[in-house]
Amino acid sequence: MRRFSFCVEPGAVRRFARALGDDDPDYAQGRAVPPTFVQSADHDDPDYDRRPRSGEKWYGSAREARNGPMPGAGDSASGFHAEQEFEYHRPLRVGERLEVTVREGRHWHKQGRRGGRLRFSETISEFRDAQGELVVSARFVGVGTEREVR
Amino acid sequence: MALRLADLEVGRRFEEVVVDDLSRTRVVMYAGASGDFQPLHSDEPYARASGFPGTFAHGMLTMGLAAKVLTHTFGADRLLRYRARFLATVWPGDTLRAIATVRALDAAQRRAEFSIEVVDDAGACVMRGEASVRVAP
Repeated sequence: MRRFSFCVEPGAVRRFARALGDDDPDYAQGRAVPPTFVQSADHDDPDYDRRPRSGEKWYGSAREARNGPMPGAGDSASGFHAEQEFEYHRPLRVGERLEVTVREGRHWHKQGRRGGRLRFSETISEFRDAQGELVVSARFVGVGTEREVR
Repeated sequence: MALRLADLEVGRRFEEVVVDDLSRTRVVMYAGASGDFQPLHSDEPYARASGFPGTFAHGMLTMGLAAKVLTHTFGADRLLRYRARFLATVWPGDTLRAIATVRALDAAQRRAEFSIEVVDDAGACVMRGEASVRVAP
């Protein structure tokens, strides 16, 4: 289980909405937050593996076209985001600080249509306010194939 | 003006082109905004060396774009639940249309249940999902 704090920063909300091409003035003026904004909490997760970190070799290209497999892919040939779910217990407020916990959920297997066994794994993130009340729950489902199917 | 419950009926559809000719730059903007710097989405040599024809969009970019069909109709912060399954890869140059269809209404709770489909300009369904919305009184 990982724990960290995540602040719903007004500038981050604006930039997230802009990345989605969403000109809703409620986002620009700090009155509301796009539904998938909590995904940007990954910025504040100290152990997140999808950004380069100082002192560690990045797995994207640099001098070489490909520097390595995605970390966390384990023995699977590839890992993809299969499904995502958010449950909103109340709207997020711009400026509030949330405490985040990230934990592993269920794991299961399924036979793929193009051969290979598909391995699914769930990650559950919970965002709580200063009173400890649940604000958003998020469920990520990743899928990896156990042999290359392309 | 946000829609109200009395404006809705089961089967009513809402549609929006949520991105037109998706640029690589928008995918990079999303990487920066979300913090997901998985190189398959922004690093062309890495994507090619990994066996793909090029970089492609994050599933979460599609899910974020698709939410606009609901938030633009009902107002931001009206969602109670939002779920997506990613069915096909979204590439630079794709145009995505999100279609939300009312599946059920609960007047007492002011709650509307939607199915959501996102289709690309070739007609392929790239994302299927569901959402629950608390509609304005």
